[in-house]
Amino acid sequence: MILWFTLVQVGVAVVAGLLCIGLGLAGRRPSDLSVGSLALIELLLLVQVVIAIVGPLAGNPPTGSLLEFWVYLVSAVLLVFGGVAWALLERSRWSTVIIGVVALSIAVMLWRMQVIWTIQVA
Amino acid sequence: MSSSPRRMSGIGRVLVIVYAVMALAATGRSFVQIVRAFDDAPLAYTLSAVSAVVYIVATLALILAGRRGWYLVAWVAIVFELVGVLVVGTLTFVLPDLFAHQTVWSWFGIGYVFVPLVLPFFGLWWLVVHRPQSAASDSDVPDAAEHAPAAEHA
Repeated sequence: MILWFTLVQVGVAVVAGLLCIGLGLAGRRPSDLSVGSLALIELLLLVQVVIAIVGPLAGNPPTGSLLEFWVYLVSAVLLVFGGVAWALLERSRWSTVIIGVVALSIAVMLWRMQVIWTIQVA
Repeated sequence: MSSSPRRMSGIGRVLVIVYAVMALAATGRSFVQIVRAFDDAPLAYTLSAVSAVVYIVATLALILAGRRGWYLVAWVAIVFELVGVLVVGTLTFVLPDLFAHQTVWSWFGIGYVFVPLVLPFFGLWWLVVHRPQSAASDSDVPDAAEHAPAAEHA
């Protein structure tokens, strides 16, 4: 993993998460902004997938468990799709909150991924 | 299907997504633990798998809680979850040798920002407020006035 890219991702996810939860609690339904922010997160996640595949081949191998890393990454990619689907099945203010919760979850998962990638295996 | 008692709506849907995330997290973690080093801590890792199953069941049961059978399942799963986080959380301090391994419930769920500790209370609250309506058409559904946006699906 590349630290600065992870930080950008986590930053985007945290901002999107807080924004969407705020918008949702303010009574807004999902908009281009909220759904778009999650689309951006998904795009960055897919870039992360590419980085994770290319990295080890280009001299940036993980020192931690690759298996655990991939479990997280795949879960995160799927969670965005599942979360948006669940949110948009019934459009209400709570849909926007759901999008925010998903974004914050992704932020946590990304940070865990960074830790797993760089951790020293005993 | 078309005459399903009541569709999951409103804030309950937020509850479901949090449960789904926890189910995903617990399942993923448990999968890795069992594949990689089950013998390190069989008890804690078995517990990890059990918690994953409980979260999956709770998620599904909440979605389907409008039906009486699933409503009971939701109760059982969430109470189990509450007991699990309290007991395992305590045991990680009392018997660290056996339990001081990463599971969702270790140290009261500290690895998951204590969501596992708070979540069952929300779950139980939601179940208490949203009893499944009886077969009769009229009922005292409490959430009609809860939020206007949900009304379009009534």
